[in-house]
Amino acid sequence: MGLTIVEKILAKAVRRPAVRAGEVVEPAVGMAMSHENAALVINQFLEIYKDTGLEPKVWDPSKIAIIFDHRVPAEGSKTATNQKKIRAFVAQQGIKKFHDIRGDQGGICHQILPENGYVLPGRVVVGTDSHTTSHGALGAFAFGIGATEMASVWALGTVLNVEVPKTIKVVVKGRFPRHVLPKDLILYLIGQLTAEGANFKVIEFHGPAIKTMSTSGRLVLCNMSVEAGATSGIVPPDAETVRYLRSEAKVKGKLDLFGPDPDAEYDRVLEVDVAKLEPMVACPHTVDNVKPVGAVRGVKVQQVVIGSCTNGRLDDLAAAARILKGKSVAKGTRMLVFPASYRIYGQALKLGYIADFIKAGAVVMNPGCGPCLGVHQGALGDGEVALATTNRNFKGRMGNPNAEVYLSSPAVAAASAIKGAITDPRKGGR
Amino acid sequence: MAKVVLKLGDDISTDIIYPGRYMATVLPSETPQYAFADNAEFNGRLKRKEIPAGSVVVAGKNFGCGSSREQAASTLKGHELAVVARNFARIFFQNSINLGLRTIVCPGIEAEEGQDLDITPDKVINLTTGKSFPVEPLPKARQAIIDAGGLIVYTRTRVLGKTPGSAKG
Ligand code: SF4
Repeated sequence: MGLTIVEKILAKAVRRPAVRAGEVVEPAVGMAMSHENAALVINQFLEIYKDTGLEPKVWDPSKIAIIFDHRVPAEGSKTATNQKKIRAFVAQQGIKKFHDIRGDQGGICHQILPENGYVLPGRVVVGTDSHTTSHGALGAFAFGIGATEMASVWALGTVLNVEVPKTIKVVVKGRFPRHVLPKDLILYLIGQLTAEGANFKVIEFHGPAIKTMSTSGRLVLCNMSVEAGATSGIVPPDAETVRYLRSEAKVKGKLDLFGPDPDAEYDRVLEVDVAKLEPMVACPHTVDNVKPVGAVRGVKVQQVVIGSCTNGRLDDLAAAARILKGKSVAKGTRMLVFPASYRIYGQALKLGYIADFIKAGAVVMNPGCGPCLGVHQGALGDGEVALATTNRNFKGRMGNPNAEVYLSSPAVAAASAIKGAITDPRKGGR
Repeated sequence: MAKVVLKLGDDISTDIIYPGRYMATVLPSETPQYAFADNAEFNGRLKRKEIPAGSVVVAGKNFGCGSSREQAASTLKGHELAVVARNFARIFFQNSINLGLRTIVCPGIEAEEGQDLDITPDKVINLTTGKSFPVEPLPKARQAIIDAGGLIVYTRTRVLGKTPGSAKG
């Protein structure tokens, strides 16, 4: 029996010819990412060295990336002080892959890593954020860990006790119909798998619809794989991966490109034909409460949010701008747009999307997590309903446990903003 | 003997255990005040120290799903609660082991608030109903971290170039 791509990546990371699902291994880390929660990682890291007489030194500063995104600019003194503490640590340890609150380098960690070439195929990527799964889009085995676990990674350069996961193979066929997007595919899959259906497993994406999908779309699939409980999502690297790495992420040097063995052993195989797919919506308060948009059409929304590490990329903004151009956001509805990075913001500005949004009445915000978390921007009022292109709709998300969040693609979100109610973009939009 | 002080359903997310708006608070010494903050009644009882250490939260499937925030584990650890669930989400489970929060995987658990449990390494006995439910043991490598006294101590031993004492696998 052959190996899945993740079994191969882990085998390489422990310098063995093969590892098998179920084994416990300690792989070497290729990239270790944190955001503002680096403040806690630093705390735990220093704790490890306490009373050892050793100087706390990270194992390899070039393999650590820290991105400020969750609360930028700081919403309060506590965050600002955490950020200050992180800046000092980064300088002291010589960590260069640090993205501060700046218009020339800032953005959401799950966009900053890919667009700067910090993620390479065949590597192990860990992050103190559950959506670290995103980076599987570039053929890495990428997964979220906690802050204390990250402190241990900073000290050792390995992740302790990783169980080699089983893999679910998803084969995606067909062509996406108009106004049906990768977000609809992953929402559909989460609905099928349920919120825990892929718990402790990896989802490997295959098939012609994946081959022709841009890295941006693949990031959406891998980003939300965690919402089915998956340890990670992954797309075996191909020509599109190489194109993205070379022309957008400016990666030079040799790439380590490999996929799974043809006779790899899978936990289960799912097939999806996207030609039959409709725009989908995840309803409150769980991501797996997925319905075709028609089932919730007409639900009034007070806030529409386009952005996040899921759908804040250029083609997401393009899909929304196409629908909104020359139209107006409904009275009684506010629309917030937050691009995933300043690079994307700049591109959207050039292409006129930002002007389209503003003219339609949307508020364009600085790149970052913003309303997705709802800690300091775009929180919801009691009893309000939001439709967002983000990835979670748990009770309390967007800052208010007495509000409701629906999740959709940028096309559904834009069409709904115009109507002030959940709308099928194939009918309501243009 | 431990009392069930809270009974929850499936898919309890980290947003319920520790709401995102308190994420700027990171230190394990400060996170306990926000445990289940949106459940004012239970949070109040915790804050008033009405719930003794060792009390149990019983939950269904996928406890701790959602964000990787470690506060969700440290906030419960701060009150020395134990969690008995049908199963746990991966990152939360790992965080709990790393921080020493007692998490017990008990796929068949049936218990209600106010009932008394006896938790042994291989089963949970509901002393009120008399029924007992098997516990899934931890993988050896995970047990080694618990035996070492948590991940900080475990990694410290490694940094010092020693093999952690009780590590078996
Ligand atoms: S945009 Fe939302 S989901 Fe993505 S990293 Fe930020 S808070 Fe997390």
